[in-house]
Amino acid sequence: MAKVIVVTSGKGGVGKTTSSAAIGTGLALRGHKTVIIDFDIGLRNLDLIMGCERRVVYDFVNVIKGESNLKQSLIKDKRVDTLFVLPASQTRDKDALSKEGVAKVLEDLAEEGFEFIICDSPAGIETGAIMALYFADEAIVTTNPEVSSVRDSDRILGMLASKSKRAEQGLEPVKEHLLLTRYNPERVKRGDMLSVEDVQDILAIPILGVIPESPAVLKASNSGEPVIYDSESDAGQAYADAVSRLIGEEMPLRFLEEEKKGLFSRLFGG
Amino acid sequence: MSFFDYFRSTKEDNSAQTAKERLRIIVAHERNQRSGPDYLPAMKQDILDVIKKYVEIDSDQVNVSLDNKDEELSILELNITFPDKN
Repeated sequence: MAKVIVVTSGKGGVGKTTSSAAIGTGLALRGHKTVIIDFDIGLRNLDLIMGCERRVVYDFVNVIKGESNLKQSLIKDKRVDTLFVLPASQTRDKDALSKEGVAKVLEDLAEEGFEFIICDSPAGIETGAIMALYFADEAIVTTNPEVSSVRDSDRILGMLASKSKRAEQGLEPVKEHLLLTRYNPERVKRGDMLSVEDVQDILAIPILGVIPESPAVLKASNSGEPVIYDSESDAGQAYADAVSRLIGEEMPLRFLEEEKKGLFSRLFGG
Repeated sequence: MSFFDYFRSTKEDNSAQTAKERLRIIVAHERNQRSGPDYLPAMKQDILDVIKKYVEIDSDQVNVSLDNKDEELSILELNITFPDKN
């Protein structure tokens, strides 16, 4: 049975696409047949983060409209053979998505034997975002330790509880996970950034992972290689841990403490 | 934190604590609204207009909330602070 997981946040720029790419890749690296779908119609970016932007021929909207079949539109990842990307359309608007259309694509993907379907949601709470979360079995609520992001995440939790298919049909609720990104332990210690506990207190959902703010994330997007491949980096390792937790492994949280610094940087900062 | 930071006062302004308090209040408020029916804001406005016909009062002196006790019982609570008579 395919598991549909939405990566959502409400607020833009908190790391949904970075997280979708890293987690989707992580699942595929563990041998699970995985597809990542870009729901951000008109503002496609997952292709860039995944490094397959030059290989887009047909897209998600083409499949929904019957202008191409699913196989033609799926881009097979060059690094892992169990990973596929379904890009968003760059030219249409978000009204091109319909519940029936999305439902059909998800059914077909499940029939193709996909175990995980990752839906990379657009920002906001409009059609695109609702479509991305509607069919979800699980939700990864991506949040920055910052007031507007936390508030928007709470709003999205409200949507999951009322607007999702599981809510409408009175099924078991969408399983919610908190993914805290751009975490800076040093600033938390100084008292000028919300801590993991603070955010968890407010949102009251189980934590999937804490991704430290890291130069590795920008480096990864520059080169179109999901940051989880950078296994030397703190962010790469934190995503790998999050993937483990997602498939049910117990993992203690890491990178919550500031790095020990040498004398030089202690004296001069940086 | 660099050497020079030790001279700055860091203890007194803990902005994360302020952030948490503000969030706690606004999130609780919004959750409460979310659980209420769609007509609640309009009804609140109508109630306010009726009161205003008789008493001079500000919007923030009227508090209307709907508490869902259980499946069968919801309580509409109306809390009005009347201005001082003087």
